[in-house]
Amino acid sequence: MTEVEKRQDRSPVPTGWTYAPAPESTEIVKLRERYGLYVGGEWLDAAEHFTTISPRDESPLAEVGQASEADVQNAVAAARDAFQSWSRRPGSERAKYMFRIARILAERAREFAVLESLNGGKPIKESRDVDIPLAAAHFFYYAGWADKLEYAFPNRTPKPLGVAGQIIPWNFPLLMLSWKIAPALAAGNTVVLKPAETTPLTALLFCDVLRQAELPPGVVNIVTGDGRTGAALVDSEIDKIAFTGSTDVGKAIQRRLAGTDKRLTLELGGKAANIVFDDCAIDQAVEGIVNGIYFNQGHVCCAGSRLFVQESIYEPVIEKLKQRMATLRVGDPLDKNTDVGAINSREQLTRIEELVQAGKDEGAEIYQPPCTLPEKGYWFAPTVFTNVAQSYRIAQEEIFGPVLSVLTFRTPDEAVEKANNTPYGLSAGVWTEKGSRILWMAQRLRAGVVWANTFNRFDPTSPFGGYKESGFGREGGLHGMEPYLEFDE
Amino acid sequence: MAQAPALPRGFELPLKQRLPRIGSIDQVAVEARAGELAKRSIKKEAKVWALELALRCCDLTTLEGQDTPGKVAALCSKAIRPDPSDPNIPSVAAVCVYPNLIPAAKERLAGSSVKIASVATYFPSGQAPLDVKLRDVEDAVALGADEIDMVIDRGAFLSGRYAKVFDEIVKVKEACGEAHLKVILEVAELGTYDNVRRASLLAMAAGADFIKTSTGKLPGAATLPVQLVMLEAIRDVHDETGRKVGMKPAGGIRTSKNAIQYLVQVHETLGADWLTPDLYRIGASSLVNDILMQLRKERTGRYQSKDYFTVD
Repeated sequence: MTEVEKRQDRSPVPTGWTYAPAPESTEIVKLRERYGLYVGGEWLDAAEHFTTISPRDESPLAEVGQASEADVQNAVAAARDAFQSWSRRPGSERAKYMFRIARILAERAREFAVLESLNGGKPIKESRDVDIPLAAAHFFYYAGWADKLEYAFPNRTPKPLGVAGQIIPWNFPLLMLSWKIAPALAAGNTVVLKPAETTPLTALLFCDVLRQAELPPGVVNIVTGDGRTGAALVDSEIDKIAFTGSTDVGKAIQRRLAGTDKRLTLELGGKAANIVFDDCAIDQAVEGIVNGIYFNQGHVCCAGSRLFVQESIYEPVIEKLKQRMATLRVGDPLDKNTDVGAINSREQLTRIEELVQAGKDEGAEIYQPPCTLPEKGYWFAPTVFTNVAQSYRIAQEEIFGPVLSVLTFRTPDEAVEKANNTPYGLSAGVWTEKGSRILWMAQRLRAGVVWANTFNRFDPTSPFGGYKESGFGREGGLHGMEPYLEFDE
Repeated sequence: MAQAPALPRGFELPLKQRLPRIGSIDQVAVEARAGELAKRSIKKEAKVWALELALRCCDLTTLEGQDTPGKVAALCSKAIRPDPSDPNIPSVAAVCVYPNLIPAAKERLAGSSVKIASVATYFPSGQAPLDVKLRDVEDAVALGADEIDMVIDRGAFLSGRYAKVFDEIVKVKEACGEAHLKVILEVAELGTYDNVRRASLLAMAAGADFIKTSTGKLPGAATLPVQLVMLEAIRDVHDETGRKVGMKPAGGIRTSKNAIQYLVQVHETLGADWLTPDLYRIGASSLVNDILMQLRKERTGRYQSKDYFTVD
């Protein structure tokens, strides 16, 4: 047994002070029993419905429409109609509506935060402090571009594309909605958006905001449903597809669109390397590792799921990491003190369990801090694997759960080589107090985002996107406008 | 390569096969973490528990030129029995006074559990010859101080003469004898978190029983990120050596809410072991009445005006 393991019986678990439950009230959220599809500014009934639940206790929340092919075509037609006038409005007019949406989102932030945690399982502190404020910030930011496009792209005459079909994932439902809708509207496009099957509710509540903001009918249409609805949207008469989700589905969409003139941007999976050098600020690096993989239960495409630690500080980093993990509070997403919430769905939980089993079978060493998981709902304890080889599945495949694989390296060259040795390339993290090393690494890491001494930090002004199988196209910043524009050149 | 910074003489931790490492602090990240921890929502019985603990950890302090035996005696009565209307309210940990006032405090505190802490070593500046500082300490101990709050020589520290700082702490510790030694870093004068960490490790290596943020004589005394940096240094020393060093933030902690934020940080950084007056103190004067007000509110459901709590 190594020194590190022996020291573990010195229990780092706080015992004397139990925090009383501090649940955020759900009173503020008023759900309807059944939701239709939001098309042309009206609620249309769907022929079929499915139940959306809360992953924290599997309780049903509402019935949601399953949009058929015809429904999707309807929505696209409504968006096409609306495009005529929306695209001709002056940019300042479009901005007016977008600023309204941003303000209303900010005003109703608590309502959205509670619903996001209820439907998706993420801790309320994250939906309250990250998801909703950032979603509003995206609308604020892109509203600002709407009347400045000709200055943003000088001598290129930017024009909107038409109707954008947008398909978003379940990990940041409202935030992904705003990443998609805000630049599209600023550019003068109209949209048909399909929220994820398991987390449709904040998108449906967002329709209320659109009405409150008096956005012209048909500019934004929301169709709910499963993969079939998404496929119908891809095949419909749209001008562009923007998809965020798994690499497999992304590939299928790309195959489907091959040979058509529909444009495509994809933001897919990741297996980010979080690289810790021995001259880092170690306690803050440990905090960054935790934030990198346990933020939002690891349901983050850019999660720092592969930790590379320089061998000379391997022991203290792992020891500190385990101590820190023992203080993570796993439980009710609506409790204000919860750090790690519920896994989004039964399906995702099964996938995490399968990959964790594979990690054990392949010979990696597993550590999970002692924590009591609620009986109902979908839960998975924060997990770290040590002794992981580059060839293990847990080092190669995206787990999309609170599971960290630890590998080691000796030199910066080796760190770069191993970090880049993946089919993905969405993000990376570098932890060192040495500025020149940060720049050296950033030049060599093939990842869309390289964070230095921080992780999972987002801002509307900053472009985000991937290399290789993590997709193409950028969202955020001025770069994020381009995929929604065409140029006379 | 791992960094091996020049270490102050005598400053060695048993670091096994690793290179000795002081390490550094990332300002943005440590402030973000402190901000996160400050958002913990502490309610109901957890809150009452924390408020009583904060009270038990208080070093009730008066360090003014205008201090008199009368003033100190009144403070001591408050320390023993903070709320005369409620005998269940615990005493504070200690009173903290200048050496001249120790006899007055000793007389009033006789028979109680409240300790006497005295500042020494040419408090608050520390800018005096070593023999003067040591004499200051010896006198305070002879007068009956249970605990000595010393200041480090910031002038020496900031000019890189770490060995001087270290040696002084070692000698002061010797002069303390049985008395507990709290080493004041005066973080507001250290300028960076890196310096706070360096000074914390140095003080602990030299024999500090407690490390303390501030004299309370400067603005920008204790802050949550500063405490976090010091707690992490304490944790590192404990992990390396098994030694438990105490923590004392002082200056600027005036509300119960703020005090609970400090306790949450200790709880989630060092664990419940440190949640005791033996290892955690809060240097404060006006905090006590705010805690009493909150405790009475938890008990009765109503806030009472500050005229219902004694001003001493």
